[in-house]
Amino acid sequence: MDQDPKLRILHALESQDTTVTFDDPLENEMILNMGPQHPATHGVLRLLIRLDGETIVSLVPDLGYLHRGYEKLAENMTFHEFIPHTDRLDYLSPLANNVAYVLAVEKLAGIEAPPRAQYIRVICCELARLTSHLVWLGTMAMDVGAVTVLLWGFREREKIQDIWDVLTGVRFTTSYTRIGGLAQDITPEAITALNDFLDRFPASLDECEKVLNKNRIFIDRCEGVGFLSKEDTINFGITGPILRAAGVDHDLRRDAPYLVYDKLEFNVPVYYDCDTLARFYVRMAEMRESVSILRQALQKLPSGPTNAANPKRVLPQKEKVYGKMEELIHDFMLVNFGINPPIGEVYHAIEASKGELGFYIVSHGEGYPWRLKIRSPSFSNLQALPAMLKGRMISDVVAVIGGLDPVMGEADK
Amino acid sequence: MKDLLLQKLREQFPSAVEVVSEFRDELTLIIRKADILPVCSFLQSNSDLSFDSIRDLCGADYHRPDDRFEVIYNIYSLKNNFRLRLKVRIDEKDLHVASVSGIWQGANWLERESYDMYGILFDGHPDLRRIYLPEEFEYYPLRKDFPLMGIPGSLPLPRK
Repeated sequence: MDQDPKLRILHALESQDTTVTFDDPLENEMILNMGPQHPATHGVLRLLIRLDGETIVSLVPDLGYLHRGYEKLAENMTFHEFIPHTDRLDYLSPLANNVAYVLAVEKLAGIEAPPRAQYIRVICCELARLTSHLVWLGTMAMDVGAVTVLLWGFREREKIQDIWDVLTGVRFTTSYTRIGGLAQDITPEAITALNDFLDRFPASLDECEKVLNKNRIFIDRCEGVGFLSKEDTINFGITGPILRAAGVDHDLRRDAPYLVYDKLEFNVPVYYDCDTLARFYVRMAEMRESVSILRQALQKLPSGPTNAANPKRVLPQKEKVYGKMEELIHDFMLVNFGINPPIGEVYHAIEASKGELGFYIVSHGEGYPWRLKIRSPSFSNLQALPAMLKGRMISDVVAVIGGLDPVMGEADK
Repeated sequence: MKDLLLQKLREQFPSAVEVVSEFRDELTLIIRKADILPVCSFLQSNSDLSFDSIRDLCGADYHRPDDRFEVIYNIYSLKNNFRLRLKVRIDEKDLHVASVSGIWQGANWLERESYDMYGILFDGHPDLRRIYLPEEFEYYPLRKDFPLMGIPGSLPLPRK
């Protein structure tokens, strides 16, 4: 056993030996092992925190507890087969992941989905943003002590998942998009349910804001906490609401428009305080913008097909596969040999709820991707955690993680 | 922007850019390995170009006799709203490449990930450890010669 007390504590933590004793515990810095099973780390994030009293001397995140090797799996399956796996990346907004992935593949293969599918995909992305932000709102408020908002947030999210149930057939792991289109068209029931929800949702959001916006405890726990300067935020490659809370007016929906975002009107909320409270305001404002985008998308929703007319690349409708020869052949070829996009490499990113979610695909002209890299926003955002917390208090850890809103399914891939 | 970028790069580094290619409107430059650090530093600090954030960095295994690996940098200029992809070819016999984590802090974990998955060694990296897999794991799982099912016994189980 080492004589250095710090190392002895570390060994004691690792070996689960609880009998270790010290001559003078107050003289030592303490190493706190937070996670991987901790309610405030939002999944399986593990933090090794070196403490001097209540002050954080240094902090080392430890990732990989949810590493499932999706990039390796992707190299061994066809482009279509990977769609269900994208659900499991950021599992709070599976619909947005589905859309991001098929957009990358479509860019590679040179397919464009018909307008109706594009509008429905916008609806998917924005609903995913709402669910993700609602979970963030609830859990972050709970981390700093307000349990009520957690229940309200989850209540609203439950309503969106009921809409997903009608829209996609499942509540959670949606796998709704297909290369060149969608698994199924949006039904009138789904549109009615969505309209109903949009009518009631802003009031619920007001309710949450009323509880938090003037709440002394909430503001004191968030204001000035997790500060990271604008230059550092950019340098770390941070994207999404955290970047916009640092005063950078950057949103891929507007700056690199995909789908039909250039035909919709929306604002990009920007705050300048670089702290957890600013991140809270940005996300709350984004939810209101999402509601407005959803309303416009429903209003402008064109009629027409939802799948591109490209039988060599786009899966045929299942009903036709059982009754028509041509479709049966195409279905057989696509399922067994894949879509064989041209040789090349593309990167396509969308503005997901956490930031820039991108897929980099290298194709060698086969049915399988040669290399697929997932650019996950949570991974890049988490990287700044030590910089945000060094020299701060231990109680700020949960507030800052709440403000970062990482999802470990995405960070660990 | 494309022309300005290429012109500036050719002025500053006449022989650094080996290949310029474009596919689906995405510009890709293959940079000579020895020049990657000065090129990145120039791209980041030049006020006209100002590629101020790194969005992605990854390795790739092309499974060919020469220059088996590649490191791919995906950098973004907020000022010009422009995305650029740089590539460096790396031979299996010499897996070293200069780390860019001193230029963009965001490259730190991304380089650790590439090291974890492909065994590419980033010189000058402050903390080159595996990021996902345990430190005692001996293989590099995203290499094409690593089997999909894994290697039995390669991951030590926790002590009971």
